[in-house]
Amino acid sequence: MSLKTIRPATGFKEYLPKEYQDLIDDGPFLRQRKVSELGSFKEAIEEHPMCAGCAMTLFIRLVFVALPSLEHTVICGTAGCGRLAITQGAVPFVYGNYGDTNAVATGLKRGLDIRFKDTPKDVVVMAGDGGLADIGFHAVMHSWFRKEKFTTIMLDNEVYGNTGGQDSGMTQKGMVMKMAPTGKKFEKMDMLGLAKTAGVAYTARISTTNPTRIANTVRKAVLIAREVGPTFIQAYTSCNIEYAIPTPKVIDDARDVEKDRYGFEEYYSDEAQTYWDESEKERKRLRKAAKKLK
Amino acid sequence: MSEEVKENTETQPRNDDPRAHVISDPPPAKEEVKKEKTGAAAQRVVDPDYLILEAPRKKEFITGSEAAKESVRRANVDIAIAYPITPQSETMQQVGYLYAEGYIKDYYRGEEEIGVMSAVAGASRAGVRVLTATAGPGLMRGIEQIVSWPGGRLPSMLLVMCRVVNAPLAIQPDNIEISYLLNAGGIVLHGENQQDFYDYPLIGFMVGEKPEVTLPVAVAVDGFFVTHARGWVNMPAEDIKLPPRDCYHEAVPMMDNENPPIRISRDSPIQKSNFISYQMHAAWQQEIWAAQERAKKWLNRWLGGLIEVVNPGAKTMIVASGAAVSQSREAVRQATEKGLDVGLIKIKSIRPFPTQELNEALEHAEKIVVPEFNYVGWLAKEVKVAIDRTDRVIAGPRVFGGMTMPTELILETIAASK
Repeated sequence: MSLKTIRPATGFKEYLPKEYQDLIDDGPFLRQRKVSELGSFKEAIEEHPMCAGCAMTLFIRLVFVALPSLEHTVICGTAGCGRLAITQGAVPFVYGNYGDTNAVATGLKRGLDIRFKDTPKDVVVMAGDGGLADIGFHAVMHSWFRKEKFTTIMLDNEVYGNTGGQDSGMTQKGMVMKMAPTGKKFEKMDMLGLAKTAGVAYTARISTTNPTRIANTVRKAVLIAREVGPTFIQAYTSCNIEYAIPTPKVIDDARDVEKDRYGFEEYYSDEAQTYWDESEKERKRLRKAAKKLK
Repeated sequence: MSEEVKENTETQPRNDDPRAHVISDPPPAKEEVKKEKTGAAAQRVVDPDYLILEAPRKKEFITGSEAAKESVRRANVDIAIAYPITPQSETMQQVGYLYAEGYIKDYYRGEEEIGVMSAVAGASRAGVRVLTATAGPGLMRGIEQIVSWPGGRLPSMLLVMCRVVNAPLAIQPDNIEISYLLNAGGIVLHGENQQDFYDYPLIGFMVGEKPEVTLPVAVAVDGFFVTHARGWVNMPAEDIKLPPRDCYHEAVPMMDNENPPIRISRDSPIQKSNFISYQMHAAWQQEIWAAQERAKKWLNRWLGGLIEVVNPGAKTMIVASGAAVSQSREAVRQATEKGLDVGLIKIKSIRPFPTQELNEALEHAEKIVVPEFNYVGWLAKEVKVAIDRTDRVIAGPRVFGGMTMPTELILETIAASK
């Protein structure tokens, strides 16, 4: 897509909603926006039906800022809270069947690669812990083993929030949840460890505390997936409703959990590390050259 | 999609130009490459009418799996996604060889059927022509995905090599699984023999991708009888193929971020509890079945009608689909030898169902016999719903669990019912 395809015909623009006009005139397309610019441009997502104080919504908003090529991105999701916000974004969103995200993304990415040889099309899976670690587990693992070139982002709120508070595989052991009436019997699943075992090129564990770091991590994951192989971000995006976190305390909770058991952690495969180091060097060189020109 | 697609909506009178059917020749080989072109690169894109109806054909004695392979070779498929299950595995292996030979752009073995059928949905959304195949328990495993394709308006090709649905475990032919596809919303064709298994997929791709149809197509055949046995198949030369999928001329936008408006949420969950959302969902469902009706025009053109009638006007009519048709043909021959007045209707298209055609062809019939390779008798139920005076219908004979259907069984059923 170029801006040409979204720009309405002359004379028609004034009849479109203001929101659409703003997306064309001052939107996030065709240039990488920064977190520091938030509030000064029209974001891909603004209105949404999520609960007040939802950390997941903040995280999703930051993902939309971070995606390196929004005009060439397609997002795949599944049932859960996250998709209620993601569907409001100005990016095509595939809402398939339960837990099918990484299999759909496989077919989608391969199909787009056949049709668009010169334009990289980014496919990003963004779904919950239940969608990815439970019902979609097999598809997630096999997409990793097959080295499919797309990013998987887990919105880990450690609960089935949308269906009303059942435990998922990512819930901590011992938690009393709607389907764990005497407490969850087994440990939180080690999806990051599984990702490494499956040969994922880049993984990151992150909490919703540092917006710039979130944006950088997402951007990095998408760029590495484009060139090297599958990438995985596991993000703590608490459910303030099911875990009864008072709305003003949501970010405090994110900080506490980060400190306690969800610290920022990255892993690169050798190939991913080499690629990233070289592309960073190239970006530095370009920045310097641009400065000189000024 | 670099290849040009010619719009083909009505039958045009053909001129005498011997190359009138050619849409595009293979791109010229680069001069520095001295090797002869192979695979898809050596194929001409031709008008579907030419490939399906007019191109000169040669007879070969091949298995059903090989017939499917030859169909796929000429179908201009972009991606094929495979997963093994008896009796289907052979076919997707053969399709794999086509990939290795350069006839298909991408091919992989998926993790299992939920994954495969999901990936088919993803590939179709990307705008490419996609193929997979399955059988019995595999179809059951992927059914959540399969029934969501029509709602997603996702053209694709699913080959179904019918076998017993577990349990108890068996791999034998039995087409009970087709009954699970009847209410899915997609087009379902049921092939009788190896020839049909060559022809139907090519027709299916073209019909499903028509703008006014935009639906997935399943081509079912009875396992082993068709897949593993040999039969005569008439086929045109290998150097022609169908036009590529023309994804921007379909009912819904592609998920490729190339289409305005930018806010596309084609699969948006319509979960609000209000009458507008109920109406949207209802209208969407109606539209799927309306698209099936619109598919009839194209199926008639390329299938030569949704039904085939043998001995029209006979007082006793057999109505059958799939391998039961072959057995019924022989039963009709034997009955005629004995001086009995027996006819046969072969139902080629199960969805859309040929209600009007059946009513016309059965108007005069006094007795209607429906032999089937399954326990539940889904075809007999379909026939009873479609026609009037249903007391004429004898819902049988039926064999299942891998049994064969001797012609005597059909003849005895005809004789036993008065």
